[in-house]
Order: sequence, then C-alpha cells, then structure tokens
Amino acid sequence: MTARRRSKFPLGLLALRTAVAWGVALLLVFPLAWLFLTAFKTELQAIAVPPLFVFTPTLENFHEVQERSDYLLYAKNSVITSVLSTLVGLMLAAPAAYAMAFFKGKHTKDILMWMLSTKMMPAVGALVPIYVLAQKSHLLDTQLALIIVFALSNLPIMVWMLYSHFKDIPHEILEAARMDGATLWQEVRLVLLPLGMGGLASTGLLCLVLSWNEAFWSLNLSAAKAGTLATLIASYSSPEGLFWAKLSAASLMAIAPIVVFGWFSQKQLVQGLTFGAVK
Amino acid sequence: MAYLQLRGIEKFFGEHRAIKGIDLTIEQGEFIVFVGPSGCGKSTLLRLIAGLESIDGGTLMLDGRDITDQPSSKRDLAMVFQSYALYPHMSVYENMSFALKLAKVDKQVIDEKVQNAARILNLTQYLQRTPKELSGGQRQRVAIGRAIVRAPKVFLFDEPLSNLDAALRGQTRVEIAKLHRDLGATTIYVTHDQVEAMTLADRVVVLRDGQIEQVGSPLELYDRPANQFVAQFIGTPQMNVVPYAQLPAPVQQLAPQAATGGAVGLRPECVAVRAGALAGQGGVASGQVELVEALGAETLIYVRTTQGAQVVARQSERTGLQAGDAVALDIAAEHAHWFDSAGRVVAPAVAAAA
Repeated sequence: MTARRRSKFPLGLLALRTAVAWGVALLLVFPLAWLFLTAFKTELQAIAVPPLFVFTPTLENFHEVQERSDYLLYAKNSVITSVLSTLVGLMLAAPAAYAMAFFKGKHTKDILMWMLSTKMMPAVGALVPIYVLAQKSHLLDTQLALIIVFALSNLPIMVWMLYSHFKDIPHEILEAARMDGATLWQEVRLVLLPLGMGGLASTGLLCLVLSWNEAFWSLNLSAAKAGTLATLIASYSSPEGLFWAKLSAASLMAIAPIVVFGWFSQKQLVQGLTFGAVK
Repeated sequence: MAYLQLRGIEKFFGEHRAIKGIDLTIEQGEFIVFVGPSGCGKSTLLRLIAGLESIDGGTLMLDGRDITDQPSSKRDLAMVFQSYALYPHMSVYENMSFALKLAKVDKQVIDEKVQNAARILNLTQYLQRTPKELSGGQRQRVAIGRAIVRAPKVFLFDEPLSNLDAALRGQTRVEIAKLHRDLGATTIYVTHDQVEAMTLADRVVVLRDGQIEQVGSPLELYDRPANQFVAQFIGTPQMNVVPYAQLPAPVQQLAPQAATGGAVGLRPECVAVRAGALAGQGGVASGQVELVEALGAETLIYVRTTQGAQVVARQSERTGLQAGDAVALDIAAEHAHWFDSAGRVVAPAVAAAA
C-alpha cells in the first residue's frame, strides 16, 4: 500500500502535501487555540507583548462573565431557540420535500431553485421589514420571534437537504406500502420516516448548529430577555474598549456546548454537508 | 359476469395521450398478460389499474364496484414490482405481514398465513433476515409472498422477472405458473418478453402505442395474428414478412387482391430450404445462405433471396449448408398470412403452422 503510494507520488511531493495539510490545519485551529488560552489569562496577560504562552491559568474571567451577565439565561435562550426552530423547520420542510421528491410536478425544479435563491439575498435586505413586523406584533426580544426567523431562514436549506435524501428512496417502496393498504399517515410513519431517518437527523443537526451560531437576527431582534449566546459575546466587544480575556471566556462558554455536541455527531454532520454528493 | 372491467380507460401525461381508450374484460381466475414493446403503455395501464396513477377517462369496475377514483389502499389489489420494492428496514416476516397488520388482522391469523406462504415459497428459514441479506431470487419470492398472504382480489405483476438472470428467470416463471394453478387468483402480468407471455397467459393483450392491438390466447395470436405488428411481435425468430414487390412472380399470383402492395408473412417453420439453385422443381424462390445458426434441436438458416428479401427458415434436421451456398426455397402457401399496405391481415393462414 505505502509502496504503491510512493510510486504514484514522489517522496518530495508527498512531503509537500503533508506540510500544506498541516499548515492549513494549524491556520484553522490557531484562532480557536488562542481564544482558549486567552480565556484563562488575566486582562493584563491577555494584552502582553510579546504574547505569553506560559502563565498561571485563572478562572476569574468565567466568574466575572457569569457575574456581569447571566450566562445561563443566554444559554437557555440559545438551546430553546435553536432546538425549537429546528423542530419547526423540520415539520415544515419534511412534507415539502416529500411532495417534491415523490410527486414531482412540472415546476418542482423551479420552486427548489427559487427557494435556494432566497438564500442568495443578504439577510440585511430583509432587516427593516422583519424588524417592523416583529415590532408591530410585539414580538421584539422574544424567543418566539427568533424561533420563527431561524426556522424560516433555514427552511430553504432544510428542504433541499431533505429533498435530496428522500429522492434516494425508491418510490416503489412507498407505492408498495400504498398497495398494501397504508394510508398517507401510515405510509409516512411506517415507511418514509424510518427510511429517511438518516437524512432527517443530519438535516436537523446541521440546522441546530446554524441556529446556534446565528448572530445577525438575534443581535437585531433580541436583547436582554431573549438574547442568545451570540448576543452575549457581542456585548463584550463594547465601544469603550475590548476586554480580551473576558471576551474570550464568554466566547468559549458560548461555543463549548455546540463544539462538544458537534464532536459527538460528527458522522451525521459530515453526511449532511456532503448530501447527495457521495454515495 | 366480468370481474375486472376496463371501459374507455385514458391517461394523459401533459399533452401526450399515453393510454388511448382501453376496453378490456377480465374474468375471475384468469391469467392475463400485457405485452408490447417498451413505451407501449403496458406498465402505465397496470399502474392505472393499481391506482398508482390517476385515470383521466373511462371507468374501472372490480367485482361490481366502481374503483376508478379509489386510492390504491382501498382497491384490495396486490402488486409485485420489478425492483421488488421490499421494505429495507423490516425483516422478511415483517415485510410479508405488513398489509395484514395494517388491516388489523389477528396476530395468530397473521402468523399462520405468513408461515404458510413462507412454506409455499421456501422462505421459512429466511423469515428473520432483512431483504439485503437475500439473493435476487429470494427477494423476488418475498415480494410474491407479500402479495399472496393478503389473498387480494387481483395480483398485479410489473415485469417481475426482468432483474433475474436467465436460469432463475425460467425457474421463477414455472413457479409463478404453478402458483397461479394452485391459488386460482386473477392475475395481470406485464412483460416485454413474449416467451413469458406465451407460457404464462390464459389470454395475452398485445399493446402498442397506448392501444390494444389484439387480445387472445397465446396460440390464437400465433396462428391468427390480426395484423403485421402482432404477427412479428409474437414468435422467435420473428415471422418473415416479405413485401409484395420482393416476391417472386409465382407467389405474387397467389396473393389475394387486397394484399397487392402489401406483404406476406411466413413463420420460419413454414419455409423449407433445399440445396442447389432453383430449376423449376416446385421451388418458389432462389437465394443464397447468409448465416446458419445450429442450435442443436433446431437449425435456423438465413437466406437472402434473389429479389433481395431476407428470409429465415427453421428446421429440426441439421444441415450441411454453409454461408454462401445457393439454395432454393419452398413455402407452404396455405400457411401464408397476407397483409394489406396498412399491415392488416386480409387473408389469414388457412392452416395452423406445423
């Protein structure tokens, strides 16, 4: 195996490839690693020049972040908005994808393209109307507003992903269920959902992560009451000056849950991101 | 009284009229085969009967009940798909019991029926496996088992054997025929393979371009095809059809008035080949051997006549002829089918093929 590889790639090229791969990986990891280190420094150590690599770690920042702003409240908001928006999104996207995958009409492709095209529009373009809508319906700074906006903004991607997963299910299997006397609901519950579970899971996971990381809408539509962890981080980059250590600690606390979660669901996530591409 | 009746059934795909007003009456217990070239609408017609496609015109009656607009789940029909369409997440047992479970049949009754079907189909030892652990032939049997446990009003088969290899196909064909004999269930079977049609059917429905060309028992179709299309579709090798213009003069004189400008059809077994050039010894055409296919039990000789027509002769004796040899052809005129210029039979063969 190694011998065959070597004959295909000369040793120099192989070394170069490895070096580039490591370089890219370090480049990607460095900011996160720096964030991690900074979170355990004091504010003075954080801005020290030259930067400190060896220091006595402190938990001071975490304590202060929790003191100054109620971390658990933001965390709770993040969990509630991302989980519920994902569930709402799945409930809307799954029937749409089912219809498009199994009852393809003349305009199905156009509708799919149109839905995707809404993602091409910069979100800020819809900010004013959505802000006004939220204000008029008294939903500003509520979890409900974020749930609705997250779910809708993820909807095109969810429909696309589910559509391409469902498309891979042979439609004869659903037809067989119909011939066997299954009603629409039985067909969906007993055949479609079990067969589409992989697709539903990876779509759900991806959207959970997207909603968790979503910053634009939560910054604009929520504040102290319904704010998510993204708004918590943002509140530490204030105009009066940056508190690097506390900002790092807040960021670390914000991303930690989703990183741990992502680590455990890696396989599903990768499957979801490369949907349809590799079989 | 008709068990399943199709009256003026129509289907449109957009502007395209795929099924053009089909009338057909099927009796209880019959084995009907829909056959035709690909794209003729045979599978579409089956799916219309199954309720998997909506019917755009006409009525469909089953056992005295109008089922034209009923959903598949309410029609009480079972279907065996070309791709088997087994539920991949269920065991063989669950696959076979699925319909009965939906119908809320008593658990004990289900078990009895599934075990019974498994015994008939030799699946008893595979009941706990999932479909992907089975071979193609076994999957096919599970699909059939899934249909028979329900004892439906009509069995629908959509090209069930085309995914199997040749040996298995022959074997499964025999099993399906035996199953039909034992169960006596009304069956509609779609295939493009005319051997399956001939061996399985009580009656064959030949379709072309969304229309019925002819309905009849296999031998009726073979001996008295209604037109050139059916004549050439049924039988291997194909019936020889020689245009009127390429016939030698003595044969042209035999033609009925309406066949002038048409063609003559001859089954390969109604053509005899003699070595040596034609010398007025009763032969009707001369030609040259193009190819000899010796199949053992029978020998096929392809001859190009001096008028330019290609004719296949089938004989049970072996032959010493080789490509390039000059030969004379004899035909049995009483076996000739005469077609007019539109391909309709104007004078059927007087005698059945030998």
